[in-house]
Amino acid sequence: MTSAEYERERAEVEKTWAEKPGWLGQLMVVNHRTVALRYLVTTFVFFLLAGLMAAAMRLQLARADNDLIGPDLYNQLFSMHGSVMMFLFAVPVLEAMGIYLVPLMVGARNIAFPRLNAFSYWVFLFGGLMIFIAFALDIGPEAGWFSYVPLAGPEFSPGKRQDFWAQLITFTELSALIVSVEIIVTAFKLRTPGMTLKRIPLFVWAQVATAFMVLFAMPAVMLGSSFLISDRLVGTHFFNPAEGGDALLWQHLFWFFGHPEVYIIFVPALGIVSEIVAAFTRRAVFGYLPVVLSLLATAILSFGLWVHHMFTTGLPPAGMSFFTAASLLIAIPTGVQIFCWIATFATGGRLRFHTPLLFVVGFFFIFIIGGLTGVMVASATLDSQFHDSYFVVAHLHYVLIGGALFPLVGGIYYWFPKMTGRMLSERAGRWQFWLFFIGFNVTFFPMHILGIEGMTRRIYTYSASSGWEGLNQLATGGALMIAASVVVLIANIISSLRKARTAGDNPWDAPGLEWATSSPPPPSNFVRPLVVTSRTPLWVTPHPETVIGLPTGIRSVLVTRVHDAEPHHISVFPTPSIWPFLSAIAVTILFIGSIFTPWALVWGAVPVAIGLIGWFWPTKEETATHCKYEVKPPREAPPPSEPAELRL
Amino acid sequence: MHSALQPVGPRAELIADLMLLFFAVSAVVYVIVIAFLVWAIMRARERAVQLGPAATAQADRKSKVAVGVGAALTVLTLAGLAASDFIVGAILRQPPADPLRVLVTGHQFWWEIEYDDPVPGNRLRTANELHIPVGRPVQLIFTSRDVIHSFWIPSAMGKMDLIPGRTTNEIIQVSQPGTFTGQCAEFCGFQHSKMRLTLHARPAEEFDAWRQRQLAPAREPQTQEARRGQQVFMQSSCILCHSVQGTAAAATVAPDLTHIASRRTIAAGSLPNTPSALASWVLDPQRIKPGSRMPASRLPPDDLSALVAYLTSLQ
Amino acid sequence: MSTSGVRDVTGLPTYTFGHHSLMWWGTMGIIVIEGTVFVIAIGAYLYLRSLAQAWPIGAPPPDLTYGTLNTIILLLSAIPNQWTKKVAERENLKLVRIGLIVCLAFAVAFLVVRAFEFGSLNVHWDTNAYGSIVYALMVLHTTHLVTDVLDTIVLTVLMFTGPLEGKRFVDVSENSVYWWFVVGSWPFIYATVYWVPRLP
Ligand code: HEA
Ligand code: HEA
Ligand code: HEC
Ligand code: CUA
Ligand SMILES: [Cu+2]
Repeated sequence: MTSAEYERERAEVEKTWAEKPGWLGQLMVVNHRTVALRYLVTTFVFFLLAGLMAAAMRLQLARADNDLIGPDLYNQLFSMHGSVMMFLFAVPVLEAMGIYLVPLMVGARNIAFPRLNAFSYWVFLFGGLMIFIAFALDIGPEAGWFSYVPLAGPEFSPGKRQDFWAQLITFTELSALIVSVEIIVTAFKLRTPGMTLKRIPLFVWAQVATAFMVLFAMPAVMLGSSFLISDRLVGTHFFNPAEGGDALLWQHLFWFFGHPEVYIIFVPALGIVSEIVAAFTRRAVFGYLPVVLSLLATAILSFGLWVHHMFTTGLPPAGMSFFTAASLLIAIPTGVQIFCWIATFATGGRLRFHTPLLFVVGFFFIFIIGGLTGVMVASATLDSQFHDSYFVVAHLHYVLIGGALFPLVGGIYYWFPKMTGRMLSERAGRWQFWLFFIGFNVTFFPMHILGIEGMTRRIYTYSASSGWEGLNQLATGGALMIAASVVVLIANIISSLRKARTAGDNPWDAPGLEWATSSPPPPSNFVRPLVVTSRTPLWVTPHPETVIGLPTGIRSVLVTRVHDAEPHHISVFPTPSIWPFLSAIAVTILFIGSIFTPWALVWGAVPVAIGLIGWFWPTKEETATHCKYEVKPPREAPPPSEPAELRL
Repeated sequence: MHSALQPVGPRAELIADLMLLFFAVSAVVYVIVIAFLVWAIMRARERAVQLGPAATAQADRKSKVAVGVGAALTVLTLAGLAASDFIVGAILRQPPADPLRVLVTGHQFWWEIEYDDPVPGNRLRTANELHIPVGRPVQLIFTSRDVIHSFWIPSAMGKMDLIPGRTTNEIIQVSQPGTFTGQCAEFCGFQHSKMRLTLHARPAEEFDAWRQRQLAPAREPQTQEARRGQQVFMQSSCILCHSVQGTAAAATVAPDLTHIASRRTIAAGSLPNTPSALASWVLDPQRIKPGSRMPASRLPPDDLSALVAYLTSLQ
Repeated sequence: MSTSGVRDVTGLPTYTFGHHSLMWWGTMGIIVIEGTVFVIAIGAYLYLRSLAQAWPIGAPPPDLTYGTLNTIILLLSAIPNQWTKKVAERENLKLVRIGLIVCLAFAVAFLVVRAFEFGSLNVHWDTNAYGSIVYALMVLHTTHLVTDVLDTIVLTVLMFTGPLEGKRFVDVSENSVYWWFVVGSWPFIYATVYWVPRLP
């Protein structure tokens, strides 16, 4: 094959996969990388806002009997901070990494169901806007990120505040469920030839495990929030003990979701750690199989722990012991992964200490403390002291920030060149790291002590006689340091974006397929998909084979078999479309309308139906193009099983 | 004094010891894991060249053993921790002999406390300050009138939730006299912060004396002003919510005021119990405790001071 | 990038039926999600029952007639449904049209009876927690039904008007898979709503 031919093929493929121009084209985008970048930017903005709310809370708590912020605003602040950080930042930002990276890492040209993917983003965006607008209008949530009933119910939270909270859940869970299905299908069916189950990158495994958790966990909160909103809106009695309902039913439903939720945040971050460790030690992570099994075990075990958030509700003792034991069990898979990474360091090549690795090392130092405090709160006996105190606040930030945010920031430094073609500054990276690392510990370590000394969470003030003032001041000082580190990160990103694209395809000399294409990748990711022969495809020589023969005039994506990734058929992927955007608007109207009247479920369904039908209905030209390239599946005969048959 | 690590009774002590055990084990685990990490990183920084395939295979065999040992040690450690949790839990659950029974009901944002007694006349209702005899186990029986609250006095015992529609209970036992503070631990709305409580532990005789005093109906006002204050009280909205034993005021939605003057603080630890604090509380509770369930009373100054005189007379 | 060789995939089919198609995986995703919703909802029903002094609370159990009738209709609908799936996989447009219409007839009959079913539950959603959870189960299942009926209507119209390509038969086939789920989940909900209250 001559290079002229290759160039022609490349031009055709680029034309086929190009997005539409203009502002309307922007609303029609279906490319997974564009959608992922939008997710990343949006979630980052939400993070900044939720972080500012945390800073405001810290200022209020810096002094005893402070009256900077009253109880009404403070309650909204921590409810927003928790809900936004969890639902609008931590979960979606790691999903966004998956949306960006999973297709690239498995060598696919787009994510499965790209239009749904675009739809999920719009739904997410509108849900986020809704809650911030509600907050700005003084109707923000006020009962914490887990909104226990009856406090969040019709009697004790009249008005619309908690309805907005419940709908926030509906929005975010819809988009998360969609993304999970896409990730699973992409990872199982769109892998490039040769990427057998044993060659799937660890980050992809982590995303798959996460997606399965989402699938089984979100339905619980979906039901819970529907019950809550119908108690509030149409007078059902799910949570009303006077009429046969039960306050703890909410807690069971919420935590059956809420516990997996924290691993939904944590597990993808473990995937990031694995990728960075492998790249900088120049070897595949030691113990591929144990690491994969650990990820899956974490996902499965996470469904058996929810009651450890309810240790003080007076449940039967046998139940308590069971959930203590189960909670301790989950330390094993996490420990195994940590040991495997240490072994990778010990046996890899010469370590290159760049900023991504620095954040991974920070992850070890911080997360393990959080994990160990997790083991402490998992003891039902000890939790009777720790529960709902600042000890838990410390635990949750150690694991969330140490376990998820540090790897995420490392991941941003690591993949930024791929996403933008530019490197982030190493010097600024080091500054950011040390400000963050020190600031973090100064903020959150004292909270352990405060918790033991009796400081309960979610209090807007405390009296001087409590003796908590000094440590609180320290914590506030630390939070300001974290804020400074965030400013450095923002500055670093902005100044890098103004520089020229000099990163090259593979600046870290990393092994994964995402580095096999240009930075940023072309519209189809790969002009020709690559064939994989190892877990570290870019470290083997000679370089992998490429796939030819995919029709160039349609968006053709190779679908392979689950177990051995042998080519099975070609899927024709959809082109840009405005319908996902319109449908998302229709869904938004329905969701927000139903806060005010149950009838919105009826009249709101009409535009949604129109949106979905418009989305589904094929156009004549599209169908004509498809028919031109159509190859019918073989009748009767089983699908090709021999690779030889492929060369028809 | 309110730290889970400064226990003042045998039960809290058990928990504190367990806590120290967990801390110690965690510290050891942390140091070992971090030491390995640092060692591995130092090694990797100094390594000049990439290991060849054979050397990698050799190293991987060692790693396999190391990770296996690590996992096994993790399992053992966790089993040990779980066992110690179970043992302490089982001890704490053993029902004590002859406990004092006290019913605690959560309200937004105060604690209703009722000493159980077979003789109805000997049941005692008070609020926000729990008095108990030293040495005797006390069984607290919890429920809630509105939302979920949680009872927590760190130095005396772990916490337990008060849940509407359910009853829960917990045993506390304090072995030294003293005053210990605590706080509602479950977020319950606007004034979750100022839903504090105090535990007064005192020798049994003193406790009994206190109980007898509290059982007595309210003292008749002695001074002219206090008498006028009583009239103000009886003619204001106060009696819609509060009760004063021995008078016509018998509502139960708010703290019983029969012996309000004997408490150290008012409004669940929000203010010291001084005449001026009482006055500012009665005049405008929403300024002191925004969102609390007591409305402001627009009393003229002389009515107010009479009322305060009456309240302070309720020893 | 220089590479060692190529792998030619010319001539592979551009769509396929069954578990190799992306549509099948998408449908399975939805089924897993909705199935979990049903399981948890039934769990919530049993949980509330375990707390109650007597069950059902303050109401007689739902009348059996319409619910049982509907169970029969729904189970019978599996036959034309499966047949439609088969003919769709043979890409026989004429039979697919017939099949879809028969399926629709069943679905509409079911929906009509469903309206009577709501009338014979003997309780309202706002009576007490028992009423709330019964309605929750029934509304959940009905929502799935209605969505699938709308789906089927759209597909049927498309089969008559076009534009058509081979891939559209995959849509019909997957629509049948989803109907199987609606059928298969009903017996559990039926048992919960109609028979659990009759347990001693
Ligand atoms: C990223 C998120 C994340 C992660 C990973 C974890 C990890 C763990 N969490 Fe945490 N948790 C939260 C987020 C997370 N948690 C949040 C947000 C809350 C609060 C919710 C709220 O109330 O608002 C919470 C609350 C919470 C509670 C309830 C506390 C309470 O409200 O009273 C409990 C109780 O069991 C618990 C336990 C654990 C355990 C046992 C782990 C384990 O997975 C930890 C395992 C890891 C290690 C143990 C370290 C590494 C292991 C080794 C180095 C091996 C050697 C170790 C030993 C031998 C011990 N968590
Ligand atoms: C991933 C999740 C996550 C993250 C990252 C954080 C980050 C932080 N959290 Fe949060 N937190 C939670 C999840 C998280 N938290 C949850 C789930 C709860 C429980 C909520 C509940 O009880 O319901 C909680 C509760 C919580 C509390 C307890 C509140 C209470 O109980 O009363 C506190 C108190 O200090 C706190 C502090 C902080 C601080 C200081 C940070 C810092 O790390 C934040 C750092 C960021 C910034 C300071 C922003 C920097 C911004 C700029 C510099 C602006 C630049 C400006 C522009 C360009 C516009 N958090
Ligand atoms: C609508 C009900 C209501 C009315 C009317 C009312 N109170 Fe109260 N009162 C409360 C509640 C509720 C509390 C507990 C508030 C808290 O601590 O959050 C309280 C607390 C108090 C306390 C502190 C009790 C303690 O144990 O700490 C005093 C004293 C008091 N009220 C006096 C009065 C007086 C005097 C009046 C009349 C002028 C009055 N109240 C009218 C509901 C009421
Ligand atoms: Cu009562 Cu918090
Ligand atoms: Cu948990």
